[in-house]
Amino acid sequence: MTTNLIDIQNADVIMITSNMAENHPVGFQWVVRAKERGAKVIHVDPRFTRTSALADIHVPLRSGTNIAFFGGLMAYAMNNDKIHTEYVAHYTNASMLIDDGFGFDDGMFTGYDGDAKRYDRTTWRYQTNPDGSPKRDTTLRHPRTVYQLMKRHYSRYTPEMVERVCGIPKAKFLQVAELFCSTGGPKKTKTGTVVYALNLTQHTNGVQNIRALAMLQLLLGNIGLPGGGVVALRGHANVQGATDLAVLYQDLPGYMAMPLRDVHPDLATYLEKETPKGGYWINKPAFFISLLKAWYGDAATKANDFGYDFIPKREKADAYSQQHIFVDMYEGKIKGFFAIGQNPAVGNPNATLARAALAKLDWLVVKDIFHTETAEFWRAPGVDPKSINTEVFFFPAAPAAEKNGTLTNTMRLIQWHNMAVEPPGDVRSDLHFWYHLGKRIKALYASSTARRDQGIKALVWDYPEEGKHAEPSAAHVLREMNGYVWAPDWKDRVQLKSFGECKADGTTAAGCWIYTGVFPDEKTNRAASRQIDKSGKDYLQHGWGFAWPANRRIMYNRASADLDGKPWIESKALIQWDPDADNGPGAPKGKWVGRDVPDYGPTLAPRAPKNAAGPLKGVGGNDPFIMRPDGVAGLFAPLVDGPLPEHYEPVEAPTRNLLSKQQINPVAKIWQVADGRNEIAEVGSSKYPYVLTTYRLTEHHLSGVMSRQLPWLAEMFKSHFAEISEELAKEKGIRNGDLVEVSTPRGSIKLRAMVTKRLRPFTIDGKTVHQIGIPWHWGYVGIAKGDVTNDLVASVGDPNVYIQESKALLCNVEKAAQQGVA
Amino acid sequence: MQISRRGFLKFSGATTAGVAVGSLASLGVDLSPVVAYARDLRIKNAKVVPSVCPYCAVGCGQLVYVEKVDGEDRIINIEGDPDCPHTLGALCPKGSATIQLSINERRPTKCLYRAPGSDRWEEKPLDWMMDQVAERLKKTRDQYFIETEKGITVNRLDAVANLGSACCDNEECYIQSKLLRTLGIVYHEHQARV
Repeated sequence: MTTNLIDIQNADVIMITSNMAENHPVGFQWVVRAKERGAKVIHVDPRFTRTSALADIHVPLRSGTNIAFFGGLMAYAMNNDKIHTEYVAHYTNASMLIDDGFGFDDGMFTGYDGDAKRYDRTTWRYQTNPDGSPKRDTTLRHPRTVYQLMKRHYSRYTPEMVERVCGIPKAKFLQVAELFCSTGGPKKTKTGTVVYALNLTQHTNGVQNIRALAMLQLLLGNIGLPGGGVVALRGHANVQGATDLAVLYQDLPGYMAMPLRDVHPDLATYLEKETPKGGYWINKPAFFISLLKAWYGDAATKANDFGYDFIPKREKADAYSQQHIFVDMYEGKIKGFFAIGQNPAVGNPNATLARAALAKLDWLVVKDIFHTETAEFWRAPGVDPKSINTEVFFFPAAPAAEKNGTLTNTMRLIQWHNMAVEPPGDVRSDLHFWYHLGKRIKALYASSTARRDQGIKALVWDYPEEGKHAEPSAAHVLREMNGYVWAPDWKDRVQLKSFGECKADGTTAAGCWIYTGVFPDEKTNRAASRQIDKSGKDYLQHGWGFAWPANRRIMYNRASADLDGKPWIESKALIQWDPDADNGPGAPKGKWVGRDVPDYGPTLAPRAPKNAAGPLKGVGGNDPFIMRPDGVAGLFAPLVDGPLPEHYEPVEAPTRNLLSKQQINPVAKIWQVADGRNEIAEVGSSKYPYVLTTYRLTEHHLSGVMSRQLPWLAEMFKSHFAEISEELAKEKGIRNGDLVEVSTPRGSIKLRAMVTKRLRPFTIDGKTVHQIGIPWHWGYVGIAKGDVTNDLVASVGDPNVYIQESKALLCNVEKAAQQGVA
Repeated sequence: MQISRRGFLKFSGATTAGVAVGSLASLGVDLSPVVAYARDLRIKNAKVVPSVCPYCAVGCGQLVYVEKVDGEDRIINIEGDPDCPHTLGALCPKGSATIQLSINERRPTKCLYRAPGSDRWEEKPLDWMMDQVAERLKKTRDQYFIETEKGITVNRLDAVANLGSACCDNEECYIQSKLLRTLGIVYHEHQARV
C-alpha cells in the first residue's frame, strides 16, 4: 500500500474494487469516516455486497474485464481534460519518447516470438540523448511520447466498448468516469483513492490489472497526496512481512533478486546487472553485502565474494513458484516438503493436483495451530491410507498471543506482539522450530570439509535462548534484520539507525535493509512503540509501531507538492519545501517539512538539477519516485507481457475478445500436467457456460484452519454454498437451499445453492452471461466441513508472478440429487 | 440489582461480558452494577499484554488479558486495543474469536507422526521429531544436491520445497529464509503467491 488506512478519511472519492466491508471490515471504518465527511464511494464488483450497500454507486463488472474498465477510465481522463497535466508531464514518464520500432497491432506488442511464447522487449525503450538520458517532451505533444502512445492505445476503450466487454451500461460507466476523474484535472482540487485486493491479482493479467489502476491514479495526480494513493489490502496478518523477508522464490530479503545461474554467476556480475545507474537503488551493493554479512559473518570476506556462493542460483526464471511446486512434486522431482502455516490441500489452485502431489513425497512436515487438510491428506475422503507412503510429521504451532515477534500489516506498519502466556504442551513458535532445526543441521554438518557444506558452517546462528523451552530471542532476530556494525559478539554490535549507514565493504550487517530503523539502538524496539498523538497534529501517528521505509506513512510524498515544493492543494498539504529552514552552520538553507517523513532527499531543493553523484545519484529536485532510475513513475513499463496494460480475456471465457484477435494474454502460463489434470474449457463452452468467481467471507479465514476449528466461527458460517442469481436459478430449476453440483474440467464439488439478487446476469456483446460466486474456505477437517472450491480452479498463471486465475473461470451448475446433506 | 460472580457468569452463559450486557440492555434491565462488575471482572487479577490480531493484514491492535488459573498463566480474554490509531479498538468476528486459537479443546498440543502406509497418527516427543526432520533434510540434501552446472557454482537443492507463511512472524520468516537458502532451497514460497 502506498498510503495508510487512517489517511483514507481525506479522500474525496474512493473507488473500491474489493469487498472491503466484509474482508477488511475494521479498515473500512476509514471509508465510512470519509463518507461522513462528504466523500463519494464507488464499488466495482460483480456481486452486490456489504461494500456496495454503503457505496454511492455500485458497478457490477464481469469478472476478468478489469483492464477494459480501467482502460476506459484512462481514455475518459485523457479525452476530457481530466489529467493533472503538470504532475503527469513532470512526475511520470508520460513525457519520454519511445523507440520508433515500438508498436502495437491488434492485441500484440512488437517483438512477439510465437514459438517461444515470449516477447523480445528490445524496442520497448526510451529514445535517448547522446549522454544516455531519455528524450523528453514535457508538452506531451510529440507523437512518440508515452502520453500520445497511451492516448492512441486506449482510444479503443470507448464507453461503448466497456459496455460490450464488461457488461457495464454506458450511462453508468460515464457516471463513474465523471465522478472518479473529478479528482484530476489541470487545476486539481480533490483527491481520490483506489482500493484493491485479490480481486485484481488472481488473474492471468493480475500484474497489469494493478498497473492499470496505478496508472489511472498517476494520470489524475493522486499518488503521494493525502486522500490519494493505492490501497492494497492483504489477506494474512503478515503477507507484507513474509514478502519483505522474501519467503518467495524470486527474492532475497529487501526486494533483491535471487541469483539466476546464467545471469548472475558471481558477485561482481550480480551487482553490475542488478544495480541501476540512477535512483536510490544505486545503493544496492551496500544492502546486498550487508545481507551477506548478516548471514555469514566473519566467513563473508571480500576474497570469497562475501559468501555469495553460499546462496543457491536458480536454473531459470520460469520455475519454483507455488504452482510450479505442485506440478514438479506431482512429477516426482520434489522429495521433501515443509508446509509451515500453510494449507495447500485447500488453498492451492487445482487442489486435487496438490493433494495428489503430496502422495508422491518421501516426507512431509506440517506445522500449524490445528490439524489441516494438508497434514491429513493421507486419509482424505476417498483416499486409502495404505496406498500413501509419505511420512508425515505434524508439529503444533503457537498463535501470536503465545510468542514474541512482529507482524507487518497492509500499510507496511511493523507491530510487535508480546508472549502473553507460554504455549501449552509441546507447542512451540515457528521461530523455535527453525532455530532448533538450524542448530541440529549445523551440528550434523559440523565436521564436513566439503565445499558445498561451508555455507551451513558459516551461517551466523547465535540468537540468545530464553525461558524453559530455549526459545530464541525474537528481539535479537529483529535487531539483525535492522542491522548493526558487524562484530562477532552481540555485546559489540552497534545497531544501525538508518539504511543510509549500510556499507558495501563488509563492515555492516543488515538482514533486511528496508527494516533498518525499527531497532535503532539495543534498547529501542520501535515496533513495540505504542505512543499516540491525541492533539491532532500527527494524524498519521508516527509513534505507533514503525512503518518501513524510515517510518514513512505515505510513500512518494514529494509528489504531494508542486514543482516549487508547494502543496498542489493547500488543504491537502503533506510535505513542502521550507526555503528558510536552517540546516546548521555553513550548510545551505532549506529542507522538506510537514506531516510525514519526506520520501526524498531531505534537503534536495525543488527544481535542483539531477545529482551527479551521492546516494541519490540521478535524482533531481522534481523526481518524486526515487526508487526508479529516472526518478519518475512508469506509465510505460516493460513487464514480460507488455509495456501498457491491454485487455485479454481470462484463459477460460464465455466470449471471444472483443478488443482484438488475441484471445488471452499471449504469454500467460498454462501448465501441462500429466494424467489430464489441467484441462481447460474452450471459449464460449456450451458444457461450461457460466462464469465462476471465488471469494471470502467475514467469518472465515482463507483455507479455514484458523476459523473452521473455532466453535464460534464455525457456527456462524457452517456450510458451503454457491451464490446464484434468481434468473439462472429459474433457468436451471434450482431453489434456494438445494444441493447443487458445480463442475469445471478439473473437478466438481457439491454444495448448497444460495439464490440471490446480489448477482445479476450480464449482457455481454448483446448476449446474456451468467456468473456465479463460491467462497473457498471449506475442506474435510474441522468443525465446519465442505468440498474444496479450489478443486475447480486451473493451473494457469500470470506470466510475471505466476498467480492463478481463480477470480474468473468457467463452470457448469446443476441441481444435484437432494440426499446427503453437505 | 445485586449479582454475584457466579450468578453473573450463569446469567450471561459465560460468554463475554459485552455480549451479555448488550442482550440484557434490550430487556430494559438496569445494567450499571453489571457493567461495573464486568469491568471489575476483567481487570481484577488480570495482567494486560499488548498484541496484534493474527487474521487479516489490517493488523488490529489487541489486548490479551492473562490471569493465574490453578497456578498457571491463562488467557481469559482478548479484545481490541482502543488506543490503536488505525483501528480504534474495533475487531471483526474473526479477531473477536482470537482467544479460541489458544483456548480450544480441538487444539493439538503434542507432536504427531504418521508412518508410511499407516492409517493413524502416533504421538512422539518433540526432540525425536526434530531429530528425525533434521536427518531427513540432511539425507535428501546430500543425495540430491547440485554443486555445479555449466561450470558455475549453483549450490542448489531441487528436491526439497518449502511453503513458509504469511501467518508467521517477520522473525520466523527471516530465519527460515536464511536457513533454507543456505541449504540450497529454491522452491521457497508463501501465500502471497496465491
